[in-house]
Amino acid sequence: MNQLVTGCYIVPGLPHPYLAANRNPGYRKLADAFHRIREEIHQSSAEYILYFSTQWLTVLGYSFQADPQPEWVLVDHNWHDLGSIRYKMRVETEFAAHYAREVKSMGHTVREVNYKGFPIDTGTVVAHQFLNPDNRLPEAMVSCNMYAEKQETLSVGQAGMRAIEAFGKKVAIVVVTGLSSRYHTEDLPLEKDFLSSQKDDEWNRKILEILGEGRLEDVSEVAREYTRQANADMGFRAIWWLNGLTGKHNSFVGQVYEYQPLYGTGAAVVSLKPTQLIRSIPGWVNDEADLVERMDRERDRLRSRRAAAVTSDIASRPAEVSTTSPTIVTFEAKARDASEIAARGAPAPVGPYPHAKRVGDFLFLSGVGPRQPGTSDIPGVSFGAEGEVLHHDVVLQTEAVLKNIKAVLDEAKVSTSKIVDVQVYLTDMKRDFQRFNKVYAQYFGAHGSWGCNPTRTTVEVTALPTPICVELKVTAYLGE
Amino acid sequence: MSQAGKIIAGVLAPHPPHLVYASNPPQNEPRSEGGWEVLRWGYERLQKSILAKKPDVLLVHSPHWMTTVGHHVLGLPHFKGLSVDPIFPHLFRFQYDLKVDVDLSSLIHEEGRKSGLIMKVMKNPDFRIDYGAITSCYLTNPAFDIPVVCISSNNSPYYFSNEVGQQQMESLGEATARAIARSGKRAVLLASNSMSHRHFTSEPEIPEDMSKEHIYHHGQYLWDMEMLKLMRAGRSRELVDCLPEFMDMALAEVKAGALTWMLSALGFPQYPAEVHAYGSVIGTGNAVVEWDHWTHAQGEVATSEVRS
Repeated sequence: MNQLVTGCYIVPGLPHPYLAANRNPGYRKLADAFHRIREEIHQSSAEYILYFSTQWLTVLGYSFQADPQPEWVLVDHNWHDLGSIRYKMRVETEFAAHYAREVKSMGHTVREVNYKGFPIDTGTVVAHQFLNPDNRLPEAMVSCNMYAEKQETLSVGQAGMRAIEAFGKKVAIVVVTGLSSRYHTEDLPLEKDFLSSQKDDEWNRKILEILGEGRLEDVSEVAREYTRQANADMGFRAIWWLNGLTGKHNSFVGQVYEYQPLYGTGAAVVSLKPTQLIRSIPGWVNDEADLVERMDRERDRLRSRRAAAVTSDIASRPAEVSTTSPTIVTFEAKARDASEIAARGAPAPVGPYPHAKRVGDFLFLSGVGPRQPGTSDIPGVSFGAEGEVLHHDVVLQTEAVLKNIKAVLDEAKVSTSKIVDVQVYLTDMKRDFQRFNKVYAQYFGAHGSWGCNPTRTTVEVTALPTPICVELKVTAYLGE
Repeated sequence: MSQAGKIIAGVLAPHPPHLVYASNPPQNEPRSEGGWEVLRWGYERLQKSILAKKPDVLLVHSPHWMTTVGHHVLGLPHFKGLSVDPIFPHLFRFQYDLKVDVDLSSLIHEEGRKSGLIMKVMKNPDFRIDYGAITSCYLTNPAFDIPVVCISSNNSPYYFSNEVGQQQMESLGEATARAIARSGKRAVLLASNSMSHRHFTSEPEIPEDMSKEHIYHHGQYLWDMEMLKLMRAGRSRELVDCLPEFMDMALAEVKAGALTWMLSALGFPQYPAEVHAYGSVIGTGNAVVEWDHWTHAQGEVATSEVRS
C-alpha cells in the first residue's frame, strides 16, 4: 500500500508573519519557516493539502469547505490594522464529500459549505497564502468543533484517514494551531513582542521537544494538562485531530523549524514526517474513556511482539501476509558542503542528515540499514495485514547493510580497509546475534574481505526507525 | 448640539440568525417558512417602542465581533457588504448597508481611554460586519435608516475571571454614557446577547420545524427565569452581581459582556424592565427586554447627565 500522507505540519494561525513580517525578526523567522514547508510540500508527491484550523469553529457537528473556488478579502476581526488579505483558493470538493460522508456515518451533523462569501478563517487563509499561494495544489478544509472532547476529535481525525484512502490521492496535512494562547491584553509595539508568561514558554518548549522527537501520540496524551497549565489553543484539539488521523503513534521524524512569540502566545512551525505507513485502523472504536484507549494500545503491543516471534510456517499463513514493505518517508540526500557525503547508491535518509561527514581525518557514517536504494523495500521481512513485522531474516538484512555501507564509502572515495569502529544495533539479540556474527566475519577481522579489524560494540534496541532488524554505524580513519 | 445627549433605552437584543431567516427579509438570501414567532413578535413590539422614541443612533455590542486586545469601535462612515454566518451559513447570508456614527465612535474611544481601557478604532474599509451586530440591528430597525455604533466584544478579560470581565464592561458602560452625553444625541443601546446558551448540537432537517424547538435543559429555563425576575423587578445591580454565577451555570452568552455594559451605561436602573418576549432557539434561552430609560427618566435629570 502506498503512503498517502506525505507529511504533517503544524503552523500558527495569527496573521503577523504574513502581514507584519518586517516589524519583528521573530515574525520573519516564522515566515521563513512557512516558506520551508511550502518547498517541502511542493517537492513531495502530495496531490492536495488538508487543513484543520482551530479558528474555523463549529458547534453543530462539522463543516467541510465545498465551494470549488472561494475568494474574498479577509480582514481579521482583531488584527484589522495589519491590513487585508485578498485570497482565492482551489478546493478539492470531491475529498470534502468523502470526508463529510465518513463523519456523517459516525452520527454527527455535517455540512458541506458552498456559499459565496463564506468567511474562511484567518488561520486557514494565512496558511494558504504561505503554503499554496498560486493554488498549485487543491486544498481541503474541515472545521474544529469547539465542544468536541478528545475521543470525538480523535475519531473525526481517523475518519479523515478513511476519507483520504477512499479518495486515493496523496495528501499533505496542515494543522493550524497556536501553542499557549495567552495574549497580551495591553497595546504592545510589535517589535517588542514576547511570551506573556514564562510558564507558558517552558511548557511550549517541552511540548516542542517531544514533537521534535516525533512523539505525536505522547503530546496528544498530555494535551489536557498542557491546556490547564499553558492555556493551549482550543485545548490543543488540533493535535488530537492529527493524532487520530495518523493512527495514534510516535513514529515520526519531527523537526521544529521555528518557535516564536506572537502577541504573547506561542507560535511554532513543526514538521512531522511519518516513518511508518499511515492508514486507517480497522475496527477503530470511538472509546468513551482514555482507559479503554490505553488498554487497546497494550493489546496491539502484545500482538506485535507475539507476531515478531514467529519464525516459521510463513507460507501457511493467511493471504494477508505480505513481503511488500510499507512506504517509508525519506528525505533527499543532499551534501551542503564538501565535508558531507550524499551517496546515490545508498538508501535515502529517513531524516535530515547526510550519509556521511568528514571531520578532520575521520569519516563518520550515519546509521546504515538494509533498505534497497531508491525504494522502500527491505530484504528478508514479511508483514501482516496491519503492517506488523511477522518475520525477518538477519542474514539477508546484514548483507544488505554492508552493501549500503560500501556504497557510501565508495561515494566518499574511502576504502573499506579504513574502517576503525563499528556500532551494531540489533532488535532481537537472542535470536539474531549468532547469525549476524557469521555474516560480519565474512567482511571484518582476520578472514574478512574488507581488510580491516575495527573495534565493535553491539547492543539490542527496542526498535529502529523503519521495520528493520539491524543497523550499523561506522567510522573510518582517513590518515595514515 | 448644545443639549447633553441621552440614553433613551437599553435593550437586551439577542441575535440568533434564525430570527432573520424566519422573517424572510429581502437582504437575506435563504428563504424560510417562518418560525420563532414569539421572539419575532416580541421584537416587533420592541421596534414600535424604540422607533417611537426617534433615536439618533443605535449602539450595539456584539459577541461575534471578538477582539483579544482591547475594545474596538467602527471608525468609517459606511459599511456595505455580505455577511455570512460561519455557524449557520444556510440561514444567514445577508447584504448589509450600515451607516456609522463615527463621531460617537470617536467619543467612546476617547472616553474609554480616559477610563484606562485599551480602545481601538477600526478603519479598514474591507472589514466585514459580524452577523450578531447585523441581526440585532435588523430586528430593532429593519430599515437600517438610523446610524449605528458597533462595539467589539473583548474576550481577554475572560482569560482571568468572570468578575474581571464584568469590571471592565462596567467601565466601558460608564465611558459610553459619558460619550453619549457629550455627543448630544439620543441613543439606544443594544446588548446583543442571548441568556442561557447551551444548545443542541444538531438541528432538524427543516430548521424552522417548531415541533423540535425547546429549551435544551430545564435548569437553563430556571436560571433564565430568575434573571428575568430581577430585570422585571428593577433589581439590575443585583442582577449584575449574579451574572458571574449565571455565566458558569447556564453557559450564558452574557459572559461576552454586552448586558453588563448596557446596564452600567444606564446607571443600573431601578425601574422594571419590560420583557417583550422569551423563547428558545436551538435550545438556547433568548429574551427581548427593554429598559425604557426615556419614560422613566422623565422629570428627572438623565442618568448620563448626572455622571458626565
